[in-house]
Amino acid sequence: MRIGIACPYSWDVPGGVQQHIRDLAEALIELKHDVSVIAPADDDKPLPAYVHPAGKAMPVPYNGSVARLAFGPLSVSRVRRWVRDGNFDVLHVHEPTVPSLSLLACWVASGPIVATVHTAMPRSRVLLAAQPVLRSALEKIDGRIAVSEAARTTLVEHLGGDAVLIPNGVATRRYRHADPLPGWPGEGAIGFLGRMDEPRKGLSVLLKAFEILAAQRSGLRLLIAGPGDADEHSQKLPPDIRDRAVFLGEVTEEDKIRVLHSVDIFCSPNTGGESFGIVTAEAMAAGVPIVASDIDAFRQVLRGGSAGELFETGDAGALAATIARLLDDPARRAELSVAALAAVASYDWDVVARDVVSVYETVVSGRATVEVAQ
Amino acid sequence: MTWTLIVLGVLAIVLWGFYISWRASRLDRLHNRVEAARTALDLAMVRRSSAAYELASSGLLDPATSLLLADAVRRAMEADPAERDLAESDLTRALRATFSQPGCRAEIEGKDGAKELLADVDSSAHQVFIARKFYNDVAARTIYARRRPLARVFRLAGNAARPEFFEIDDALADGDGLG
Repeated sequence: MRIGIACPYSWDVPGGVQQHIRDLAEALIELKHDVSVIAPADDDKPLPAYVHPAGKAMPVPYNGSVARLAFGPLSVSRVRRWVRDGNFDVLHVHEPTVPSLSLLACWVASGPIVATVHTAMPRSRVLLAAQPVLRSALEKIDGRIAVSEAARTTLVEHLGGDAVLIPNGVATRRYRHADPLPGWPGEGAIGFLGRMDEPRKGLSVLLKAFEILAAQRSGLRLLIAGPGDADEHSQKLPPDIRDRAVFLGEVTEEDKIRVLHSVDIFCSPNTGGESFGIVTAEAMAAGVPIVASDIDAFRQVLRGGSAGELFETGDAGALAATIARLLDDPARRAELSVAALAAVASYDWDVVARDVVSVYETVVSGRATVEVAQ
Repeated sequence: MTWTLIVLGVLAIVLWGFYISWRASRLDRLHNRVEAARTALDLAMVRRSSAAYELASSGLLDPATSLLLADAVRRAMEADPAERDLAESDLTRALRATFSQPGCRAEIEGKDGAKELLADVDSSAHQVFIARKFYNDVAARTIYARRRPLARVFRLAGNAARPEFFEIDDALADGDGLG
C-alpha cells in the first residue's frame, strides 16, 4: 500500500506525536508498505528517507503555549504537490485539529483519509473546530483513530461520530535491556521522567512524597530526568535531603532507558493532561515497577492497577505510603514487573501497525487513490 | 504694620489653598483621562479582535491559519483582566505570523471582500498601537503627578487607584503597528 502520513509538528523537535509517527512509519515499512511522511523540517538537516520536508515551522502562540507549526500559502502549495506526486492509496493525518500540515492535507486532498487524534481536547478548542472552514476539511475524514479512551471520548462527545481505539505503540525491544547509570540504584531509588516545569507532570507531588520518605529512609534517593529548571525544584526540598535528589536535566533517548533501569520504582505522578502516558508504558517495557496517579490514562495502561500501583491523584501522602509499601516488598515488585512486561506487549509497534493497516484497508476498499481536491 | 503682615499672611494661606485645590482637581482630571484612555484602548482591542475574527472566518485564508487566528482571538476576548496583556500580545503574534507567511497578502488580496477585511485588521491593529501609546502617556503623567511631594503630603489623589502601565507586543511591523 502507498501511504501518505501528515505530521503537524516540527520533525526536529522531540515530541510524542512525532515519535508516534516515526515508529508507525518504520513499523509500516517493515511490513513492506510504501510510506511518505510530510512534516515541517529544515531542508538542509539530515532526515530519514521516508520524510518529505515541508519547510521550516514557525513558532506561534496556539492553545495557550507556543507551538512550532507550518501554515500559510507556501505550506498549502507544498502539501498539495506532495499529495499530487505521492499517488497514495490512503492519506493518514495526525492531530487534524492542530493548525498545521495535517489540517492542510485534509483540506487539499480527496479520497480515503484516516485521522489519528492524540490528545484529549478541551471543549473550547473543539467548539472552534465547528467553524465552517474547519468542518469542510474535517468532514473528508473517512476513519478516525483515537490513541486513548480519553481522546476517543472527547471526540465522540464533542464532534459526534465514533473512532477506533488504537493505543500508542511502544518500541518495547528498545527498552527491555540497558545498563544502570553508574552508582544506581544503590540502597533504593525512585525515578521520574518528564518536563519539570509542566505542573501537570506532577513533579511537585513526588517531591513532597520524597520529603516524607527520605525522613524515614536514609539511603533512599530520587533520580529525575527531563528539561526544566532543576534549581527551582531542588529548593523545594529541605536542605538536608537536597543532595539525595539527583537532577539529570534533559537526557538522550539512550540515557532515558538507562534511567529506567537505574531505579527500583518508577513514578508517574501526573495530575492530568495525559492521554496515554507513553513514558509510563516505556517504563513498563523496561520492567521497572510503577507507581502512578489514578488518572484515566494510567488506570487503563496499567490494567486497572494490576500492572502497576495507582495512588490518589495529587495526594503526596498516599504516594509516599504506596512507595514505602513497595520498597519493603520485593516480591510484589517482581510481580508488578512481570505484569507490566506482559501488559505492555499488546502495545508493541508491530501489533499496533497491523491494527492501523486494517483501518486503512477498511477505508480504501473499492475506492480510487488520494488526489488533489478540485 | 502688623495688620499688613496679617493680611498678607492670610492672603498667602488662601492663595496656597487655591493652589492646592487646583492641583487636586488637576490630578482628578488626570485620573479621569486615564480612565477615558483605558476605555479607548479596550475598545480598540475589541475592534482588533473582531476584525481578526472576521478575517479568520472569511474563508480567504487556509484552514490552519484561520484556526490559529480564531484561537488567538478567542483567548484575547476571554482572558482574565490579569492576563489580558499576554493574550493580546499573543493575538499580535498570531497576526504577525499570518502576514509574515510568504505570499499571504498576495494570495488573498485579489479575492472578494479581501481588501476591506485586510484594511480593517491593519487599521484596528494600528489603533491599538496608538491607543496604548496615549494611555501609557497619560498614565505616566498621572503617576508622576501623584508622586510630587505636595500630592503625597495632602493625599491629593484621594482613593483613585494608581494607574498601571499596559505593556503588550502590538507592532504588526517594526515601528508603526502597521503590517
